[in-house]
Amino acid sequence: MADLAVRSASKEASPTWLERVSDAFWRRPGLLLAVLLAPPLLWLGVVYLGSLFALLAHSFFSIDEFSGVIVYEFTLSTYAELFAPAHIDIIVRTVTMAICVTIAAAIIAFPIAYYAARYAKGRWKALFYLGVMLPLWSSYLVKVYSWKLILAREGILNWLFETLHLTWLLEAYLAIPLIGGNSLSVSSTGTFLVFVYVWLPFMILPIQAALERVPVTMLEASSDLGAAPAQTLRHVLLPLALPGIVAGSIFTFSLTLGDYIIPQIVGSSRRFIGQAVYAYQGTAGNIPLAAAFAVIPIIIMAIYLWLAKRKGAFDAL
Amino acid sequence: MHSSGAPFWLKAAAIGGLMFMHIPILLIFVYAFTTEDRSYQWPPPGLTLDWFAVTWNRSDVWAALGLSLRVAAISTVIALILGTLCAAAVSRTKFFGRETISLLVILPIALPGIITGISLRSAFNLADIPFSFWTIVLGHATFCVVVVYNNAVARFRRTSGSLVEASMDLGANSFQTFRYVILPNISTALLAGGMLAFALSFDEVIVTTFTAGQQQTLPIWMLEELVRPRQRPVTNVVAMVVVLVTFLPILGAYYLTRGTDTVAGQGK
Amino acid sequence: MTEAVRFKGVSRHFGEVRAVDAVDMVVGEGEFFAMLGPSGSGKTTCLRLIAGFERPTAGQIDIFGESSANVPPYKRHVNTVFQDYALFPHLNVLDNVAYGLMIAGMGKRERHHLAEEALELVALPGYGSRKPSALSGGQRQRVALARALVNKPKVLLLDEPLGALDLKLREQMQEELKALQRQLGITFVFVTHDQGEALSMGDRVAVFNEGRIAQVGPPEEIYFRPQVPFVAEFVGSSNLFDPALMERLSGIAEYATVRPEAVRVHPNGSTQGHPAKVTSTSFLGTSSRVVMNLDGTRLTALLPKGADIPEPGATVIATWEAADLHIMNGAVVGAAGEAHNG
Repeated sequence: MADLAVRSASKEASPTWLERVSDAFWRRPGLLLAVLLAPPLLWLGVVYLGSLFALLAHSFFSIDEFSGVIVYEFTLSTYAELFAPAHIDIIVRTVTMAICVTIAAAIIAFPIAYYAARYAKGRWKALFYLGVMLPLWSSYLVKVYSWKLILAREGILNWLFETLHLTWLLEAYLAIPLIGGNSLSVSSTGTFLVFVYVWLPFMILPIQAALERVPVTMLEASSDLGAAPAQTLRHVLLPLALPGIVAGSIFTFSLTLGDYIIPQIVGSSRRFIGQAVYAYQGTAGNIPLAAAFAVIPIIIMAIYLWLAKRKGAFDAL
Repeated sequence: MHSSGAPFWLKAAAIGGLMFMHIPILLIFVYAFTTEDRSYQWPPPGLTLDWFAVTWNRSDVWAALGLSLRVAAISTVIALILGTLCAAAVSRTKFFGRETISLLVILPIALPGIITGISLRSAFNLADIPFSFWTIVLGHATFCVVVVYNNAVARFRRTSGSLVEASMDLGANSFQTFRYVILPNISTALLAGGMLAFALSFDEVIVTTFTAGQQQTLPIWMLEELVRPRQRPVTNVVAMVVVLVTFLPILGAYYLTRGTDTVAGQGK
Repeated sequence: MTEAVRFKGVSRHFGEVRAVDAVDMVVGEGEFFAMLGPSGSGKTTCLRLIAGFERPTAGQIDIFGESSANVPPYKRHVNTVFQDYALFPHLNVLDNVAYGLMIAGMGKRERHHLAEEALELVALPGYGSRKPSALSGGQRQRVALARALVNKPKVLLLDEPLGALDLKLREQMQEELKALQRQLGITFVFVTHDQGEALSMGDRVAVFNEGRIAQVGPPEEIYFRPQVPFVAEFVGSSNLFDPALMERLSGIAEYATVRPEAVRVHPNGSTQGHPAKVTSTSFLGTSSRVVMNLDGTRLTALLPKGADIPEPGATVIATWEAADLHIMNGAVVGAAGEAHNG
């Protein structure tokens, strides 16, 4: 038992403070938990929740019209300002854009996700995975910038239409009110394209995750029971992919609602919620109105998340 | 054929979709070499390496890059500590309110960046905190925690809980167990999480515009150039460098977490 | 005999669940002590209490006469072989085995030497440089064993160590473990849900049910003289008669058991005994099993090779020797705790 003696000798020598702390952790497991949780909870609780609370508090303050100084008194007048027609217009425009972007992203994402989940194997699977992850993680601003290059009047897209002698088609499209404009880079269509491009990976990953869980035998069973491929898609695949689509739409919807940079760089002068928030807090110094505006996406997302939860979307995250 | 049986339309749509995602980024690389300096003319009238030298000599770009790197480094360190602690607590023990904590960690990234931004701005205003390097870090670390947390939680889940007990059983106290068993087992996940957090912070612009005051991180410098283009060729070169700089940690994180059950960076 | 482990009224509750409920038991030094029971019966929790991974809600556990109440796992001279082996995936086999010695502060050379010896003990010499993931299930099991034994524990705890192995390997390991225990003289506390394993390996067996010990004693006693119906049902496939049936059969209103091999089957009317109706028969090689319905109770007989096998549906006469009918004495049932080496 020589080595046992070694072990007990080292154990029974006067315990270091580390050892005493370790003993205390064992005697009171709650202590360890508290030590682990305290720093992140303090940080997130104070910095983040505190800030959210500050946001909420500001939305109930107002600004003095003459001096431009924030009046720290409870009022609902800032929220009442949101119902001005110009503001309602901004909210409707933003939500409409979010819906269009979500639908388009789902349509483009589905084949990619389906192919990656069902057919891609081995090296191809890795390629598809990186093919989605790299755009997801590459610089947001660079992605927006690249579209500024593409959509510019002298850029590649116009050049392409010209080369194909289709400039007339593009001009006819740009003449349509609401979605058109002077050029693609200052049209709502441009804004829409950039939104779809930038948020697309967020839609692909959850759909792929949902489809990965569909066993191949289930699709075989469907065709075995006489379903044509289109019917299998309609009656088996889409319902099973739906939670993934809903999960992805949470991202595309939420991100579109809160973005202020894309419409600022590519798009018309008509504003979105994010731009309103940014403008009011910045040059106008009207933090209360900016805060009240920021509460709108939170409310919309809360409703959306509640609906999504009922669809079981969180299992696919 | 790796893809036996895939219908043509599906293959075409999938590959078309992937191209849609990658061609714009590739265009950036071409523009970095164009001789045209006043417009975004396509095709480029000629190719040159001159703009790299011009960019190299721009002190404002270097200053912005330096600030971005310092912010990203410190935010990453804070996120690593907080994210690992949180992941350890959530995955090692069952306690009341675990779900709430997961939600709290994910919230800063689940809510639109503008909300995190305006919230911090409101808080700084209420608490009378002047903008500084640390106000930027405060915001960045907050939304970087989730990336580390997601990677660490996934690894903890795969690591058998009895390993910790086995280590204790063999005479190691909590700290020795952390040093000799837990750390070696989660290190690659932490490295991957840290890299992604770094990339996330390095690239962030929306929250930063609310917390930076007059300082310029590299994304803010780029944003200024996008809104009011003055130095198009320099912007092109910077954009290309940013793409390359963010690709490295992403590829690194991918290779570190390859073959595991989780997708690195699903938290973004 | 010195007491290695003593449980004094030990309970471990998880909220409403009483995983271990006021257990008293003693494990003697050098004993091979088997804890048997269905899953959720509290046997594994008892093992974890000895190791120190759980702390008792009430009661006290003494290890070699000293209270373990404030001794964390890393200060107990007790080592565990885990059900999933819990080998450290980032260390090779040799460093896995040497881990406890490394923590104790032993030099690299010495601990690797001892670890190599331990690997020889479990018949895995020269496997030190492999990673655990490169080993088969049986090999991992041996490494886990070596990793625990190299620390020369005073008590070795084994949590279903053979559960993940296939039948043939399991039988081989049962013999090896038993031989190893005799050779080293270390106290083994062994948790299993397999009756055969517990009975063949244990010097004594404690049968657990719902957080309590239903019966503790040598294997023969557990097998032939179960004190409560649960033990009779769980250990082996004895026929169990409830008091109502016993009242009708013999006038003694107690639970009783009779082993299938003690039951004989005769054609109807050929002898005195208990009429029963055959429900099914099956051929088992060296014997045949006849399942009958005896007054509403299932009665199984194992007939030797060459015996006449009745047809299903036939009425037969079942008999057994009076000595083979084991009547459970109600008085014993209550005192199912502190039986020390019966």
